[in-house]
Amino acid sequence: MTKLHEITSRRELFVNLTLRELRGKYKRSALGWAWSLLNPLTTMAIYSFVFGYFLKVTPDPGDPSELKSFAFYLICGLIPFNFVSNALNGAAVTLTGNANLVNKTYFPREILVGANTGSWLVQFFIELGLLSVALVFVGNVVLVWLPLILLMVAIETVFVLGLALMLAPAAVYFRDLQHLIVLVMQVWFFSAPIVYPISYVTDRFPVGSWQYTLYSLNPMVRFVGAYRDLMYNLRAPSFGDVAYLMVVAAAVMVAGAWVFGRLEGRLAEEL
Amino acid sequence: MSESPPAIEVHNVSKRFRLYHERNQSLKAAVMRGGRARYEEFWALDDVSFQVEAGTTFGLVGENGSGKSTMLKCLARILRPNKGSIDVRGKVSALLELGAGFHAELSGRENVFLNGSILGLSKRELTARFDDIVAFAGLERFIDMPVKNYSSGMYVRLGFSVAINVDPDVLLIDEVLAVGDEQFQRRCLERVADLREQGKTIVVVTHSLNTVRSLCDDAVWLDHGKVQAAGRAGEVADEYLGQVHVDHEAADAGEGTRWGSGQVRLTRVELLGADGEPADQVHTGDKVSFRLHYDAREPVPRPVFGLGVSTVEGIQVTSPNTREAQVVADHISGTGTVDLEVERLLLLPGTYAVSAACTDETITHTFDHRHRALHFDVKPGIPHETFGGLVSFDGRWRID
Repeated sequence: MTKLHEITSRRELFVNLTLRELRGKYKRSALGWAWSLLNPLTTMAIYSFVFGYFLKVTPDPGDPSELKSFAFYLICGLIPFNFVSNALNGAAVTLTGNANLVNKTYFPREILVGANTGSWLVQFFIELGLLSVALVFVGNVVLVWLPLILLMVAIETVFVLGLALMLAPAAVYFRDLQHLIVLVMQVWFFSAPIVYPISYVTDRFPVGSWQYTLYSLNPMVRFVGAYRDLMYNLRAPSFGDVAYLMVVAAAVMVAGAWVFGRLEGRLAEEL
Repeated sequence: MSESPPAIEVHNVSKRFRLYHERNQSLKAAVMRGGRARYEEFWALDDVSFQVEAGTTFGLVGENGSGKSTMLKCLARILRPNKGSIDVRGKVSALLELGAGFHAELSGRENVFLNGSILGLSKRELTARFDDIVAFAGLERFIDMPVKNYSSGMYVRLGFSVAINVDPDVLLIDEVLAVGDEQFQRRCLERVADLREQGKTIVVVTHSLNTVRSLCDDAVWLDHGKVQAAGRAGEVADEYLGQVHVDHEAADAGEGTRWGSGQVRLTRVELLGADGEPADQVHTGDKVSFRLHYDAREPVPRPVFGLGVSTVEGIQVTSPNTREAQVVADHISGTGTVDLEVERLLLLPGTYAVSAACTDETITHTFDHRHRALHFDVKPGIPHETFGGLVSFDGRWRID
């Protein structure tokens, strides 16, 4: 509890470190912030071309929005996934990258991890904002669903922060963890219905089969489903999914805080 | 005496480090080894206890590897002790590395706010002190430039300036003051002295005995992680000096201790009075000489001879040496003498101690150092001043 109080009393530091991450990232590059958007746009273009055009992946039209667009279908799942992926890849290097701070100054080290997640959260918000504008242009008025979208973002942030708190100190003790995370993220990407509709899975393994139950334990499957419901289909996600994600996020967060507390003791010596 | 509790209490603190045989920080290596890394443990701090009274300046002294910096990092909460407890009351600011956390791409201004908030200042406090911080660092013209374009001196100056403006209750300093140009160093020391006078608690890690003597009230001497001595700074410094460097073979003459490698030995240190005869008592204004007798067992090129005159209480009065006076002998061998002639001795009455040293050209290698090899008394003379102090200006009063 005293730890929590200490962390909350350093809000300004958290904001400053987050700003530092954001400012440092694209400073001195000609396109600046545009780079941060170029990445998901390029991914979207490639996948739309390969999966939508060549492989003819055709998602069902939005229900009830009637929207028919592979690109939008894809990006509604891609953006939430990228947040997880960016934040976890970042968490793996945030302590080693700030070794100087950890070795020479004191503040609750959780703030470094939080600032890294926070900087990617800002990026996530910008992407969501632009996506919402684009969706309005094609007729999907997502504004009504904004409160629920924000709720999903909140749940996902807790989930990501919990994982980041475990990964960040572990990556100090095992420096190759950052490479492993890249691999895991690739597997995770294709294990969730981002580039393919979930119907491809349910056609083969109907809802209720043990295979599907196993598949849907993956929180990413439900996150993607929920964001897609809210932004592509324009309907509320199932209560069961949201409740499940809340429980998972809370559990991961508690575990993350515990792991971080266990591992932070020797951080300064190991860096 | 005030009844306020100590600012810092250290109880039985031990800190263990791991020395890895192979620095394998990877999962792959961990899997290949089939278990945990092999390492040896050593105790950087072993059952250390002391306390620092509020408002005093405290010295942590010891040689390299004695654990003094580890202790400071424990006080700063950067390292966590394995055993024991540390209580620090009040806001702590640690000057371990100046400008830690500066981001090269960001401007000086952005870094002041970033670094300040790392050290615990709020934005409001920083805004209020911003001009002071920049002015103290002398960087008004460069404050909006990315710090990667700063010289290392500018970088350090800005770092110190932010750190010193944190307004801490407890300030921890790790020999960082030995940076920057001389003028800046002096201003740093003045600033630390200000904080001292404001009643802040200061802990300094140093191996400079002058720092301990002139700056600290109390001190602890650490050796291999253990407390060797604790108490008043002057006593700890004497004990440290007496025991760390003792060259037992050389402790033959004089009452003080001595150390050094022995290629040159200072066999005698004398004070000669106006008549050219050895004296142990002179008068203010007398013409005197300090004479060092040396014995070089082998030819030694370009040696440097120096004297340190201090009061018996340990306040350094002057420390002349031949290098700074640019009096250089190409080499010496055998026995001989070196004289420092003083036309008018402007010391005021009191008892003084003289240390003498002979070192190599760079003053990094000591051939022989004799601590307090000679004591002498100064009696009232001309100018006649009896209202206290160490030296006379030998000035002329004029009333118009």
